[in-house]
Amino acid sequence: MKKLSCILLSLCFAVQIQAQGIPEPPNPPRLVNDFARVLTAEQVNQLEFDLTAFARNTTTQIIVVTVPTLGGYDIADYSFKLGEKWGAGQKGKNNGVVIVFKPKTGREPGRAFVAIGYGLEGVIPDAIANRIVNKEMIPHFRDGDIYGGLRQGCKIIMSLASKEFTAQEYDEKTSGNAGGAVAALFLFLAFMIILSIVTKNHNHNFTMGDSKSGLPFWVLMSMLGSSGRGNSRDWDNFTRGSGGFGGFGGFGGGSFGGGGAGGSW
Amino acid sequence: MKKGLIISGIIVAIAIFLYVSIKGTYNTMVKKDEAVTAAWAQVQNVYQRRVDLIPNLVNTVKGYAAHEKETLEGVVEARAKATAVNVNPSDPQSLQQFQQSQNQLSSALSRLMVVVEKYPDLKASQNFLDLQAQLEGTENRIAVERGKFNETAQDFNTYIRSFPRNIYANAFNFEKKAYFQAQAGAEQAPEVQF
Repeated sequence: MKKLSCILLSLCFAVQIQAQGIPEPPNPPRLVNDFARVLTAEQVNQLEFDLTAFARNTTTQIIVVTVPTLGGYDIADYSFKLGEKWGAGQKGKNNGVVIVFKPKTGREPGRAFVAIGYGLEGVIPDAIANRIVNKEMIPHFRDGDIYGGLRQGCKIIMSLASKEFTAQEYDEKTSGNAGGAVAALFLFLAFMIILSIVTKNHNHNFTMGDSKSGLPFWVLMSMLGSSGRGNSRDWDNFTRGSGGFGGFGGFGGGSFGGGGAGGSW
Repeated sequence: MKKGLIISGIIVAIAIFLYVSIKGTYNTMVKKDEAVTAAWAQVQNVYQRRVDLIPNLVNTVKGYAAHEKETLEGVVEARAKATAVNVNPSDPQSLQQFQQSQNQLSSALSRLMVVVEKYPDLKASQNFLDLQAQLEGTENRIAVERGKFNETAQDFNTYIRSFPRNIYANAFNFEKKAYFQAQAGAEQAPEVQF
């Protein structure tokens, strides 16, 4: 009896302590949360704009969080708890993704983790998440290009989540021999270009009509900013083509079961 | 005559009140009980996932490090033991036994992962890297589902043990659920020797 109450009490404490280290969801809700201050305002807005558009088009919510410290948590644990607490993705669909980035500080290695919601575990299996983190994102982080790494990770996750290419195609692209990889890359690029043209034409009609939903100031700013800027890499074209219109409506209450992978540098 | 009518009226009122309150409590208990069962099914699911992953992992390691026989056999043996345990989640002893066998499998696997460090070819192979990511993901899933199971079990236990529901719970034979506990000795930091 006494033992039991001890257990119950310690469980309660454990829950309380665990809830402390995870930041509260931002109000108003935002998908890109640069708590570690490693991105410029323009980069945050650009990423937020693309992820918001993606969330509006597909209901899949990709949250990017940079934190100065993990507060003693394992980064995987941190990512799942944050995703669960904020409710990334839609309830029932559980189609949320949480990307957590912790910069390298002094002796502590930098860490990154991609947590995949229950509903997306099929399209982004752990092995693929592992490759996205270690082969696409971390090389950028090593060079100090944090925005580039996050951007690259988001881009691939968006493509996988919207089933533009499957995990298997991605697998073949990244693990094949050199010749195969080059061929796959060409095919992939051609596919993306066609896709961006198609989606641009397709989306043009209804994106303009949806303006009554109150466009936040920063979205307008980022749109003005991005349209004036001349840096158009291949993925800039691609993501802007499929863009929606309007703000991010709020977190949906999705759930996380432990899918995803991470790495350090 | 009139008195009898009033008394029988009161009895009927009490009966209706009791029926409504017991019905509500009982149904909530059933709902919470089912939630624990569902959470338990998820726990077994993720443990099963790990068990399913092992043959593939063992075969991959064998291809590069066949003479690490002892470690490989340790994993296979622990896997066989873990799958043999039949578990009833409401019985603490049975749950503990289940946990013990799974912990043995965990330590056998971590021994394997240490041995693997000696084989750079194996560590570089894409197949192994993928399996390693899957194994890590599975361990994460186990941690998450165990946590969720404990939460639902705690919710159920608190509900059935508070007054006056404990009386109904006793009458309808709802028993307290067991919790997953941290691995014995997990609170001590492991000793590292060079």
